[in-house]
Amino acid sequence: MRVQAQIDVSAPQELVWEMITDPSRYLHFMAGLTRWEVVSKNPKGLGARYRTLMRVGSAEVGGLVEVVEWDEPGDLAWTSVTGLDQRGRWRLRARPHGRTHVEFRLSYGVAGSGLLGWVAERLAAPTVRGHLKRSLQQLKRQVEHDQLRALAVERRAKSRVA
Amino acid sequence: MATEETASAAAVSSNGHRKDAADELTGDGPGAQGNGGLAGRLVRGIAGQVQSRIPVADLDERDPDYIRENLPRLWLLASIYFRGEVRGLGNIPETGPVLLVGNHSGGNLTPDTGVFSLAFHAYFGVERAFYQLAHNLVLSMPGLAFLRKFGTVAASPENAETALRDGAALLVYPGGDYEVHRPIWERNRVDFNRRKGFIRLALEEDVPLVPVVAIGGQETSIFLSRGETLARVLRLDRLFRLKVLPVSLALPWGLNVGDFLGHIPLPAKITIEVLPPIDLREEFGADPDVDEIYEHVIRLMQETLDALAAERQLPILG
Repeated sequence: MRVQAQIDVSAPQELVWEMITDPSRYLHFMAGLTRWEVVSKNPKGLGARYRTLMRVGSAEVGGLVEVVEWDEPGDLAWTSVTGLDQRGRWRLRARPHGRTHVEFRLSYGVAGSGLLGWVAERLAAPTVRGHLKRSLQQLKRQVEHDQLRALAVERRAKSRVA
Repeated sequence: MATEETASAAAVSSNGHRKDAADELTGDGPGAQGNGGLAGRLVRGIAGQVQSRIPVADLDERDPDYIRENLPRLWLLASIYFRGEVRGLGNIPETGPVLLVGNHSGGNLTPDTGVFSLAFHAYFGVERAFYQLAHNLVLSMPGLAFLRKFGTVAASPENAETALRDGAALLVYPGGDYEVHRPIWERNRVDFNRRKGFIRLALEEDVPLVPVVAIGGQETSIFLSRGETLARVLRLDRLFRLKVLPVSLALPWGLNVGDFLGHIPLPAKITIEVLPPIDLREEFGADPDVDEIYEHVIRLMQETLDALAAERQLPILG
């Protein structure tokens, strides 16, 4: 089952990339996420591994995931090593006037789970989609807020010099 | 479904259970002699059949791939039907052996176990060994063989010790058949019937004890009586280790005596709270008093169950 959500952020692509590649910030903006823990030596980049859990229904589902695509500052993809079969992708594209189009995709399922597995995936989809949408809204809010703060600091520094 | 027993005899029968437990099943135990007549022979015959169906204790029957493939089904049942909610899984130590001690509800079909199994396996992954002790009768029931693949093993001290020595998480229900069939007006009461074998097990194996408190399971039927007198009169305690013959109002039977054929559970909301681990020797000293620990664990679990009950606005709906 694949679900996705998208949003436009009023901030440059690099700022959004910085946010989505920082594992310490995931619990701040990802809705439904109860764990995003670094379990590899390198906290980010190709091959980085995280233990993830997301609350869906009566369980926290997830498992160990590994970053398998790192194309700065556009694409970041991960796939599951253990736990639920999943593949996630952040896709960032620059838009005019310093804006960024953000797409968040998540495919999930359990191989061999049969018809009831198929039903479960579909029944879980609204919850997962809701988590993705809220995550993007929170991401947008945080990135734009960070940008405004950075601009304010810059303005204050300039006025002090003047 | 599950129970916890500590037998004292050292002899072990061919299927891995201590001889005294096996004797009880065959009716060869004390008090079983001289029970003549057609009824006695019939009951002994059934007991023999049941014993022959009890699977050989083998922890290797747990099948992580099977569990993984069946988690979505369990998720459907737990999330949609029972609206299950499991809190505090982070209290369970991330690695190493641990004894999970639960209050037991729901009659022979215990939804709490299913909801907790799903939550445990989803949280820690199917790779982490997790076993549940179950009454022999449950494991010998036709159609329930799949439980062994989920890690359900016959309740015996050997199986419990082996699981913990293998570094597994082990779930036991000390209240067993006594607690699981308590009448509905006692639904919010933790009642282990003074069974303390789980404490001795945790001390012997030196593993942390984690209480797991569940509410809602006892609202899946209208449980009326444990039927202890009935069980005694029919000698079920000696033949099947059954000290109860529960009487309930359950779907689709109406009046349900024994619950041997199972029932359709009402869709009661199940909420489970996992409490912080207790290191028995750290908290109670090098040579702890089992009675003191028992009172402590029961008090902790009862307080949690009271809090969960206070949250609950309506029976069944939660």
